[in-house]
Amino acid sequence: MLEFINFYIIPGIVIGAIYALGAIGITLIFGILRFGHFAHGDLATTGAYLALGVTTLIGLTPWLSLPVAMILTALLAYGIHRLFYRHLEARPKILTVMASLGIGMMLRSVVQVAWGVDPLAYGSGIARAQSFAGLMLRPREIATLALTLALVATLLAFLRYSKWGKAMRAMSDNPDLARLCGVDNDRVTRLTWFIVGALAAASGFCLGINTELTTMMGWSAMLSMFAAAVLGGVGRVEGAVVGGLVIGLAEELSVLLVPSPYKSATAFVILLAILLLRPQGIFKGKVL
Amino acid sequence: MTHTPSLDRPQPILIMHQVRGGYGDADILQGVSLTVMPQEIVVIVGPNGAGKSTAMKAVFGLVRIRSGAIVFEGEDITGWSPDRIVRRGISYVPQVDNVFREMTVHENLEMGAFLAKGDLSAAYDRIYALFPDLKTKRHALAGDLSGGQRQMVAMGRALMLDPKLLLLDEPTAGLSPKYMEQIFQICRDVRDSGVSILLVEQHAKQALAFCDRGYVLATGANRFEGSGRAILEDPEIAQMFLGG
Repeated sequence: MLEFINFYIIPGIVIGAIYALGAIGITLIFGILRFGHFAHGDLATTGAYLALGVTTLIGLTPWLSLPVAMILTALLAYGIHRLFYRHLEARPKILTVMASLGIGMMLRSVVQVAWGVDPLAYGSGIARAQSFAGLMLRPREIATLALTLALVATLLAFLRYSKWGKAMRAMSDNPDLARLCGVDNDRVTRLTWFIVGALAAASGFCLGINTELTTMMGWSAMLSMFAAAVLGGVGRVEGAVVGGLVIGLAEELSVLLVPSPYKSATAFVILLAILLLRPQGIFKGKVL
Repeated sequence: MTHTPSLDRPQPILIMHQVRGGYGDADILQGVSLTVMPQEIVVIVGPNGAGKSTAMKAVFGLVRIRSGAIVFEGEDITGWSPDRIVRRGISYVPQVDNVFREMTVHENLEMGAFLAKGDLSAAYDRIYALFPDLKTKRHALAGDLSGGQRQMVAMGRALMLDPKLLLLDEPTAGLSPKYMEQIFQICRDVRDSGVSILLVEQHAKQALAFCDRGYVLATGANRFEGSGRAILEDPEIAQMFLGG
């Protein structure tokens, strides 16, 4: 039993937390800006490499360079919005979706030019897993879960209690009415991109520190993140968290049933099933 | 558009003068004029496609106005943006999608006061006194309420900033007669608290019976105006618009 938890459940929860951080960004963009953001995985990759850049240039430890990378990625996300997406706002949303695919390739290419295509790591040395009453947890896994918990709790509190958090929810709920109430659309959009960028960086960083840094990692993880967002209910932050954990666990457990190369197909199967059976997701989000 | 202030007669709070305009290139409004006096309930009725809702949206800056003027408390507000108009003292309740479904009743009211600064407790007290039903449901999601209660949330939201003029677009659409009467009663209470109301109604007979004054619009222009009773008793209007 302990072995089962150590080999499947713990890795599932850790990767699920990483998916959750990415899925929150996807669900916020879907809910508030109303398009599927296909540059999201590569935004996460860029954030992860920015953290690596800060580590090598300034010499901060990886975990200390993460806040810097989150701020940089937040600014980058907003910059992408200003440079590209904003000009498509009045056009059909599918144009922004397609543009985001292109932005994703662009980000990935910039990362490949700057850091090369070979896998990298934040630091050498193998962190030994510690035993907690038989549960084997590595420090980076504990840190990943603690970070996810802290970011999710902060975001939920912000959305629930702060004036501009409520404005974001109002914009997601009923944009016309929000505007009638005097909510400044541009300000909500800016805020959304800052939050989404910072969370994407955190997600990419955790992915990189728990495995290795590759320029394709965000792109590969994005399908799982989208599946998590849809599963939880589009526009629902708490749904994205639950969805991320479910997808992460399902992927890890799938190897018990199918050969491990099919692991990444698990998310795809769940995505198809949820779209067919319950398109509003677990938490009753928007129907796509 | 000029009007001379006089001491002996109250001035209209809202004047719409020969407004033409619409969405895109088509003019739906072909010269609509109306006035609303302080503490007055004015209803706009007319057949479908007469431009009733468009006329109301024009007041709130949601319609492109090509000519004519809209004057609120002596100030020309033609072409103002909706949020500037909200700040000036006019609130608008759309006909559909007029609440934040995934937010609580209390949060809906809070969004209504989004532009306000400072303490809102007096405003909440005022709204909950007007809509006692909402007070008990304050933590319920607006989307889970009945149609009539949702309409109350929408009106409460619009009243949070203490407007001088409230615009209601078909507030009783789809409601049972019981709720319709309740909404009308609330309109009277709101009026008596010092707010003027301009509303568009599909239930023309009931609305004309309860309003202070009414306008009949057809094909984007004024057809008839007068007290609700006068309109109801006019045989021509009755035959043309009110179904005999």
